[in-house]
Amino acid sequence: MMDLKTLTYIVVGATFALYIGIAIWARASTTKEFYVAGMGINPIANGMATAADWMSAASFISMAGLIAFLGYDASVYLMGWTGGYVLLALLLAPYLRKFGKFTVPEFIGERYYSRTARLVAVLCLIVASITYVIGQMKGVGVAFGRFLEVDFETGVGIGMGIVFIYAVMGGMKGITYTQIAQYCVLIFAYTVPAIFIALNLTGMPIPQLGLGSTMADGSGVTLLDKLDLIVTDLGFAAFTAQKGTSLNMFLLTLSLMIGTAGLPHVIMRFFTVPKVSDARTSAGWALVFIAILYTTAPAVGAMARLNLIETIQTGKVGTVDGNLIYEERPDWFKNWEITGLLKFEDKNGDGRIQYYNDKNEEFAARAEAYGWKGNEMVKIDRDIMVLANPEIAGLPNWVIALVAAGGLAAALSTAAGLLLAISTSISHDLLKGMIAPGISERKELLASRLAMAGAIVVAGYLGMNPPGFAAQVVALAFGLAASSLFPALMMGIFNKRMNRAGAIAGMLTGLLSTLIYIFWFKGWFFIPGTEMMADTPANWVMGISPEAFGAIGALLNFTVAIVVSKVTEPPPEHIQHLVEEIRIPRRSSVYAG
Amino acid sequence: MSDRRNNQAYWKANLKLVAGCLSVWFVVSYLFGIILVDQLNTISLGGYKLGFWFAQQGSIYVFVMLIFFYAHRMNKLDRKFDVHED
Repeated sequence: MMDLKTLTYIVVGATFALYIGIAIWARASTTKEFYVAGMGINPIANGMATAADWMSAASFISMAGLIAFLGYDASVYLMGWTGGYVLLALLLAPYLRKFGKFTVPEFIGERYYSRTARLVAVLCLIVASITYVIGQMKGVGVAFGRFLEVDFETGVGIGMGIVFIYAVMGGMKGITYTQIAQYCVLIFAYTVPAIFIALNLTGMPIPQLGLGSTMADGSGVTLLDKLDLIVTDLGFAAFTAQKGTSLNMFLLTLSLMIGTAGLPHVIMRFFTVPKVSDARTSAGWALVFIAILYTTAPAVGAMARLNLIETIQTGKVGTVDGNLIYEERPDWFKNWEITGLLKFEDKNGDGRIQYYNDKNEEFAARAEAYGWKGNEMVKIDRDIMVLANPEIAGLPNWVIALVAAGGLAAALSTAAGLLLAISTSISHDLLKGMIAPGISERKELLASRLAMAGAIVVAGYLGMNPPGFAAQVVALAFGLAASSLFPALMMGIFNKRMNRAGAIAGMLTGLLSTLIYIFWFKGWFFIPGTEMMADTPANWVMGISPEAFGAIGALLNFTVAIVVSKVTEPPPEHIQHLVEEIRIPRRSSVYAG
Repeated sequence: MSDRRNNQAYWKANLKLVAGCLSVWFVVSYLFGIILVDQLNTISLGGYKLGFWFAQQGSIYVFVMLIFFYAHRMNKLDRKFDVHED
């Protein structure tokens, strides 16, 4: 039997060789190929590429862990990050495909006949995409570090090199085909351990059904009831119970949905399909491929939590031999202690592990009577729920190696999509659109490759030296997309009367209100110590967290834009014709642009 | 009917369809998954509480079906109003 490290090198090496092979095969020779893959991608293939583009290191590694510890409250991420595709398919994708250009800011610039509007859109796009890509680069470094024992900087460096090869050579075309390969790797790596774990616990191989089954131990208790019981026995809140407020959950879900639909790196994937009707079905396929992972994640989260607690709390709560003896802990426990993601501290010196909620006063009092002196699992990193899953379930080494390759595929595919969004808006919106409109096709293609190379270097640098705010960026990226880009795009299609003044006023209102609300609680430009109030539910306006504010920002954007457009000149006639034109799938003979 | 009137009728039919689909979208996620979750949790679906199931499974399945339903109905509308691509 080969050792884990060698196996991991082989599996990861083979996937990387595949990505490079695709890069050589799918080179781009025109700007149309570089920006939108020649608009010739099959809608199912594009759906798969979109799923890989969308599912980042966070979806692959962190989401199940979030569900494991937040339980029902993590539903906001599940619904928020999938429901956005309904908005995308019904409100944006087909019309932007009909418009038939290369970038999101290009639509905003033409529809609102304004360079300022285009510039604001470019700015939002670059800020949202850069902040997002830092997290991906970090994910690549971490995955290399944990599985291949390469140091963090080298890991990021290797990741940059791989993306560099296929993104600079192939642009959207190369990225699309590698994303399809990456989707296959990541979904296989995610579902295989999930199937085995579901089978172990419930005898049901389909994780989505296993989560709703009775335990295989013959007790006749359902898995979720059992989980609720064992977590409440240890003073934690029940898994299926709600912990946050309904209003905040509502707004957070809405912000994530609107933000998802407004993220440029996702929208631009729909420019690559041949027809308007393809853009609609392609969004459906994208969601099918995303849903396979997103409906598996709750099962992974719940089952991992159950396995973790049952490993530690081996008997009845409060009995002397109810807790695992530290020296008898399983191998995976030891392995993850080495990485620092699991940490044990024997507070009461009894040589056994007590894991419970010592923040729950009522339970803590009872625990004291048992002779427990505080929760001894001082650190359980959420990411462990996916990373250690195959080991907890006792699966063979090749499955663990596969999880490493899957995590890397998820991070690299998202990074490439984001880098493409950044580089096209630099070469197409800024250079060709504003600085040098007369530039030749060949020069623009060269510029887009250079912009891509530059973006990779910047992203890699930021990945190696992440600014302190890296963890906060999700709020920022979704907040910007929800509050500024989505409303401008939607009104550009659905409100013929919307004009330049209205759109710009709306975008700035949404953008600034959301930025200020986020910075107010998280520090100006995320500089620690500059926050105006502590980021706690008691301080939030009406209990709305900064992450959930994007929906309010979008609402302000819509309101201001409509009011301003009502009191100013309607858009010129040719713009109103443009709107009429993008609303119907068939290309009319009058409109040639 | 003139081209313009035809296109406007097409757009109206589209808006109606979008509104219908978005109502379902709202009901399964925000209403069933968040607002009415406690009430629905008194009903069980296999080993799931119904509200919890909508929040973590059901809403996502409905989203997928909604997009394909919309795409299918729009293809029909495209043909009915003769605005489909060749």
